[in-house]
This record gives sequence, C-alpha cells and structure tokens, in this order.
Amino acid sequence: MNNIISQSLTDLIKNIKDKKISSEEVTKSFIQRAEKSKKLNCYITEDFENAINKAKKFDKKPNYDSKLPGIPVAVKDLFCTRGLKTTAGSKILSNFVPTYESTVTQNMWSEGAIPLGKLNCDEFAMGSSNETSFFGNVQSPIDKNLVPGGSSGGSASAVAGQLSPITIGTDTGGSIRQPASFTGIVGLKPTYGSCSRYGIVAFASSLDQAGPMAQNVKDCALLQEVISTYDPKDSTSIDFKRSHYSEELTNNIKGKKIGIPKEYRVDDMPKEIEDLWQKGIQYVKDCGAETIDISLPHTSYALPAYYIVAPAEASSNLARYDGVKYGFRVKGENLIDMYEKTRSEGFGAEVQRRIMIGTYVLSSGYYDAYYLKAQKVRKLIKNDFDEVYKKVDAILTPSTPSSAFKIGEKTNDPVSMYLNDIFTVPVNLAGLPAISIPAGHDSKGYPLGLQIIGKAFDEQNILNIAFAMEEKINFKNKIADWWIK
Amino acid sequence: MSKKNLKYLIKRKDNLYEVVIGLEVHAQVLSESKLFSTSATKFGAEPNTQVSLVDAAFPGMLPVINEFCVKQAIKTGIGLNAKINKRSVFDRKNYFYADLPQGYQISQFKDPIVGEGKVILDMPDGQKEVGIERLHLEQDAGKSIHDIDPQSTFVDLNRSGVALMEIVSKPDLRSPDEVSAYIKKLRSIMRYLGTCDGNMQEGSLRADVNISVRVKGSKEFGTRCEIKNVNSIKFMQMAIEYEANRQVDLIEEGKSIDQETRLFDTKKNETRSMRSKEDAHDYRYFPDPDLLPLEVSDEFISELKNNIPELPDDKKKRFIDEFKLSPYEATILVSDIDTAMYFEEVVAKMGKNKDIKLAVNWITGELFAVLNNKNLEISQSPVSAKNLAVLVNLIKNGTISGKIAKTVFELMLDGDKDPQKIVEEKGLKQQSDPKAIETLIDKIINDNREKAIEYKQGKEKLFGFFVGQAMKASGGKANPQLINEILKKKLQ
Repeated sequence: MNNIISQSLTDLIKNIKDKKISSEEVTKSFIQRAEKSKKLNCYITEDFENAINKAKKFDKKPNYDSKLPGIPVAVKDLFCTRGLKTTAGSKILSNFVPTYESTVTQNMWSEGAIPLGKLNCDEFAMGSSNETSFFGNVQSPIDKNLVPGGSSGGSASAVAGQLSPITIGTDTGGSIRQPASFTGIVGLKPTYGSCSRYGIVAFASSLDQAGPMAQNVKDCALLQEVISTYDPKDSTSIDFKRSHYSEELTNNIKGKKIGIPKEYRVDDMPKEIEDLWQKGIQYVKDCGAETIDISLPHTSYALPAYYIVAPAEASSNLARYDGVKYGFRVKGENLIDMYEKTRSEGFGAEVQRRIMIGTYVLSSGYYDAYYLKAQKVRKLIKNDFDEVYKKVDAILTPSTPSSAFKIGEKTNDPVSMYLNDIFTVPVNLAGLPAISIPAGHDSKGYPLGLQIIGKAFDEQNILNIAFAMEEKINFKNKIADWWIK
Repeated sequence: MSKKNLKYLIKRKDNLYEVVIGLEVHAQVLSESKLFSTSATKFGAEPNTQVSLVDAAFPGMLPVINEFCVKQAIKTGIGLNAKINKRSVFDRKNYFYADLPQGYQISQFKDPIVGEGKVILDMPDGQKEVGIERLHLEQDAGKSIHDIDPQSTFVDLNRSGVALMEIVSKPDLRSPDEVSAYIKKLRSIMRYLGTCDGNMQEGSLRADVNISVRVKGSKEFGTRCEIKNVNSIKFMQMAIEYEANRQVDLIEEGKSIDQETRLFDTKKNETRSMRSKEDAHDYRYFPDPDLLPLEVSDEFISELKNNIPELPDDKKKRFIDEFKLSPYEATILVSDIDTAMYFEEVVAKMGKNKDIKLAVNWITGELFAVLNNKNLEISQSPVSAKNLAVLVNLIKNGTISGKIAKTVFELMLDGDKDPQKIVEEKGLKQQSDPKAIETLIDKIINDNREKAIEYKQGKEKLFGFFVGQAMKASGGKANPQLINEILKKKLQ
C-alpha cells in the first residue's frame, strides 16, 4: 500500500485490523515522510527508532480491540513524556527529560498508539504563529514562508503535511483551533475539565485544555474519546459521563438551533471571511438546522481580559523555571544573579513579555484594576453564553479573522498577533468546547476555518454539527509538497 | 496578690507603657502525608527522601488536596471555638527562593478555612480570653542549608509541601507570660485533638510575633514590628522583652518606630531589622487556578464536631466537679493530654475506695519531680499509672505510711516494680498492732522520764520528739496515727 500517509485515521485502523497493513509499515511511512519534511521543522525531538521497535512489537502481539491499534502519533512538545525530552519549545527546558507521562498521552499509548516524537510549538504555548519557539519557526505545508498558526503549529503542520495521522495539541486561547484553521485540518478544544492537565507543561491553568487535531471530524471524535478521561490527579478534571464520541457520531442535526452572534462581525474583517461564514450558515440550514441571530454583548472585552488572566497565571506558573532544580541554568554570583541570568537567557522575548504583564497585573495596587476586573469580565462573558444557550444548541462563527499570514509579518506587532485570537479566546474564558473545521479557501488558496461552539460537556453535539457540515463542504486541502524537491 | 501587680508594664521616667502582642503561629498538621501530595512527612528523614514530583514542582505536576489535612484544620478550628468556613479558597503567594520549588506557596489569603474564635488562658490573676482572627492552611517550604559547603547552598525538600496551619491571634496579648500561656494553651488543644504534635524542637510549632507599645491607657495602637519565626517559648519571651524595651526607648528619645520585619538573634538576645516596609515582598496573591474552591458540607463539619474529644477546658471543669479538685490542681493536670490521661488512669485503677487528692499530690509532687530530674515526658514515666494507683491505695488503706511510700516509690523507679511486692519483700508493711506500739512507747517514756515530765509541765514541743523516737524504734514502720493516739494517752 503506497498511499498510507494520506489515509485517514479511521482508514488506517481499518486496514491494520484487516491485516492489510502492519503497524510497522504505517510507522515507517510516516517516519519516511518526516525525514523528507525536515524543512517544515515540525519536530523538536524525534523518537523514530523506538517507534519502529514498538510498532514491530505491536505487530507481533497485536491488540485489535484497542482504539488506536499500532497507530503512530507525534504529539505537541508540551506533553510530558517519560524518558523523552520535553521542552515546551523553550531553551529553559531544552535538556529536560521527564520521568513521568501526561495522562492524555498515556491514554493514547494505553490504546495502542505509538509515539513518534515531540512536535514544535510556541514557547510555553505563548504565540499564534509558532515563531516564538526556541527551536525555530515551523513552516506551513500550505505555502512556503507561511505560518502554520500557533501555538500548536508543529502539530497542525504535521497533520496537514501528513507527518502524523492525528495529533494532540493544547488550547489556551485558540492554540488548537487557529492553527487547525490555518492549515486546513480539524481541531477540537474540549470543555475545560474534559482532558486531564496532569503532565502538561502549564501556561494558564484555568484556560489550558488538551484536544485532538485530525484530518476529519470522525478521526477527531475518536481521538477525543481516547484522551478525555476523568483524572483525580488533576483537581479541575470533571467526572461527567463522556459519550463514545466516534460511535455516536451522526450527521443528523435536523432541528438543531444554531446561534449566529453579531459581535463576531468585527471591523476590518476581510470579505472572504464574511462570505465563508454566510456559506457556513447556508450549510447548516441545508442540513436541516435552524439559525438564529444572537448577541454575546461582552465579546469585545474577551481579548483584553484574556491578555490579563493568561499572563497573570503564566507569570506564576513559570516561576518554577528558576535554574535550581532542573532545566537550563546560568551560573551567577549569588542566588538572585543566577535567577536573573537563567531566566533572561532561558526565556524568549514573548514569554518574558507575558511574565512581565502578568507580574504587573497581579501587583499590589493593580490587582483590583486588572486581574480582578478581568475575572469579572470573564464571568460576564460566561453569562453571555449561558444566556444564549437557553435559546440555541450551538454557535457558529469564523475560527479566525483572517487566513494564515507570512512568517515575520506580525512578529514586531504583538497586539496585531494577539488580535488573531479574537474569535477563539471567549470560548476558553467560558470553559466551553469548540471545534474548528476547514470550510473553504481564500483568494490565495489558503484554508479558512469555521468554529462551532457548544455547551459545556456537549462535545458530541458540536462534533455532529461539524460532521454534517463536513459532508456539505467537501473541503480538499491543497498540499503540493512545496518543501519536497 | 492584687491584679495590678501582675500587669506587665514598662516604666520610663513618668511614663508607663503597655505592650500589645499578636501571634501568627505556624502549627504543622499531624498527617502522614503532605497537603497536596502523597509524600511522607516523617521528621528527621535523610534529605530529599520524602519528595514527590509535585513537591519539587516538576513541569505539569498538579496539587491535589489531602482531605485528612482539611479535617485536621477544621477540628482545630472547632477546638478554638471558631467559625468554620464552608467555602475557602487556596491562593498562591508568589516569591522566589531556592527552597520554594514552585516559586509560590499555596496558602489561603482572603478566604481561610477557619474564621474568628477564642481561647481561654488561665493566668494567676484569673482567666483571660484571647481572640483568634483566623486559621488557614498552607504549604511549608523546603530548607536551605548554608553551612555544609562554603560555596554552595544545599536544599532539602522533605518539608516542602508539608501542611501547616497558620493561627492568627487578635492583638490581645499583653505580656511575655500571656504569650507563654497562649502558646501552651494552643499546643494543649491541638495535642488533645491530635492535629499537631506541638513539638517546638522539631519545628512543628513556631511563631511570628507582632509587637507594639503604647502609653498605658491609650486606645490607639502603636506601630508594630514583626519578629519572624521564633521557635521556642523562652525565645519568644526574650524577644518580646527586648523588642518592647527597644520600642519604648525609641519613643522616649522622641524617635519614631519603623514598621518592619525583624529577626531575633538568640545568641545576642536582641532583635535585628530584616527588612523594612518598603522592602516588603509583593506576594501577588491570587486564587490558585489548579485548585477549585474548597467546599465542605454541614454534615462534614458536624461529623467532625461529633467526634471531638473532651478538650482541656471541659476536662478541667469535669475534674473540679467530679473529683473535687481545686482549679489550680485541675489546670495542672489538664494542661497536657498525656498528664490528664495518666491521672485518669490512676483514678480508674484505684478502684472504689480511692483518695483522689492523695493521687494528685503524688502525681504533681513525687512523679513530676522525677520526670523533671530525668527530663522525661509523662508518656515515658518510669512508673506506670497502674502501679502508682496501687501505691496510693497502699497509703490510703494504711498498709504503709506516706514516709515509707517515698522509699517504695524510689524502688519502683527501677523497672516499674509492683509496690505491693516491694512492701512484702522488704517487710515495709506498717505496724498497726496497738499492743506492740504501746509496748514500744512505754519503753521510750521509761527511757526519757525527764522529758516526759517536762512535756506534762507544758513543754508541748517535746511531743514531736517522742513521735520521732517511736518511729525510729519501729524502723519507720509504725502507723503514725496510732503512735500519736497512744502517745497522747500515755503522756496525759
């Protein structure tokens, strides 16, 4: 079988179960693809030899009852992996090898998946273009010198570029959905508390959530089914009844009420995005759903609130990287000097910027004006959603206000970079699930995504809507392998 | 003694100053494992052998609250007659230090688990109520060790993450003696509850002392200084003495007191400035997003309430009512749970015809003296409660005299010997045969006729002489009461 890498997860599983292909063949195919794709800079750490050995081991004693039988998967380098370097895209963790495994990755390996290695990301997941990684920026398979989005940029490029059949990312303010949208793949940010945060390098604890990224909705549903478990090791993990997302997946969304929020029609939004949105509205109507105009009045405050809450938590979460216990250290004259040198050299500019913002907004005298106010805004945003969910089952919006931009285009303008998250951050602030699906192309042929936001714990519903829309949209990603000569 | 004489006041020229003290006591929760991890908490373990990935703040590690520690804090709150808050919040207190792996301490800032309460102190001039402001749960930090290597500091994280209760008093204390009584009372309550072992040598109980002074009668508080981390009652008292006098001197010199954090140098017996208010840390407290607010139900609290053991104040009241002890005796016996348990065991073992007063005297007299000399806790007493009860009974039923009992007690110390056996083996049984004593006394009067005449003529002091002689003649075993009776009759 020579088209292994272009197969969906669902097809790969079927073919492995039918013994048409072996795990070793599949694993080697993706490794070969990765070897030819170094230009994309998707990987921070490859673990190919071990992967092949594990695949061979699987083939010798296959367990076809597992959900990801012998499927090779590379994951974002924010998940701690036992015995495999975990850097969070940062110099300060560039030599860090965990002795433990994150719950989410463990869930995948327990279901038969085979780890390929660790994928590039923005440093500590702080970025929207994968340009803040200590290990260099990631190229998009869509076009040369195009950003894949961020922070799960390496993950998005790996799936879109067929280096990994599926992957997992993390989403604090859009870090799964925005790169999924930029690279023409599907990305789900689950409800806060759905996937355990245990073993994930923390950025902003009250917003971070791991989620699946895949080529299609069904693959995404299956991966969500695998990674979402209740975990007592994470105090914010929620013990709710998780559905069998892939098995219960249906394109029957007749009678569903889909809200269209007017506040997501922002100034300077390109016409192509508006057109895409209108197309999306038509698609859901074609599927038998009903669209309702709604208002989420506090939407415009979401981005500023997010850029207070997230840096505040980050400034505290990143305090542990001090050169004392593990990771990178620069010697100093004394303890303070060591701290200053280690953290100045160990953290990149964007991380330092956010640590400083976070430290500032938590400082005495500013706490009430910034952090506390932002928390109040957060509550209002959540109330907005609660209110509209009395009338609608889900909400349809564009995933991003534009298509992917060029590498370097926004690096000197952090605010314009932050504005990229405008449609995704309200979801994190409210702790809701949302999925981005590819829905079309812009005039340059770059993918554009639509976002479906659901009620808390209602992943099944947004997966179903996405599944139904996917059929109508019939999106084809235009990957011409520009990086392979 | 009048009340006035007991007041602790500092006099300078014509001015009398009052000292105002508030304490922040850090009490280590008695628990097998830490506040947010499952690591052990045993004292004195090899460095860094009781450290989990959570305690060492590895990437992606998350705290999970230890329910037992929550129960311990609530029990302590109940013991302090305090309001239990059904909803409390864990906050992060952010600062950098080598022995603080997370770069923040998880504590409770705005919403502590326990609110206002009070404790009663038994002072020589009566009872004194001290208000409790709050009790909150927090993590301990690790330990920096600076004296192993001249170039480097070593860090031991065994203590990192151990649960502490910070108990904040209101500024109600007015003297070093009250501070001592307060700490002892807190320790006593927590030891009764089993929520803190109160061991100050091992650092299970330590305090930050807030002190200010003001002219007696003034309603305003003076500027306070905080003396950090004092780990013995004696040092607390010394630090207060020094610091209060220092502040008074400053005022007398017309200088102002800076609000600052100070350290007590135990070698020089003085406090030194550690950092001023301007240099104070900005801890950037905010709710820990890794932990949900802690919510406890009414049932959870009442379940704990129903299982609270009898506490010192109630026990004291019962001792007075049931055993007819004086308040003074009762206070001594209840102040430490092990003493109270020992006493109650003695009482139980004495059976029906018991002399509780006598037992109290033996415990607070002979036994305490021995423990003191040998530097032992009552739980390590060389004489068991059972055997002490036997001894007291032997006195009570006239088998031995109080004096002989002291000899027996000395012999009991070696291996907790049964006093009954000692009495039998050594033939120490009291002579209570009136005939034998009469014979003995007749002989003594006969041998000391002149003294007998002097006595009869009114020199009553000589009675003691005859008692002594009779005792001596019996080898100390004659029943002293009988000697008295018979002597009186014979010398009439």
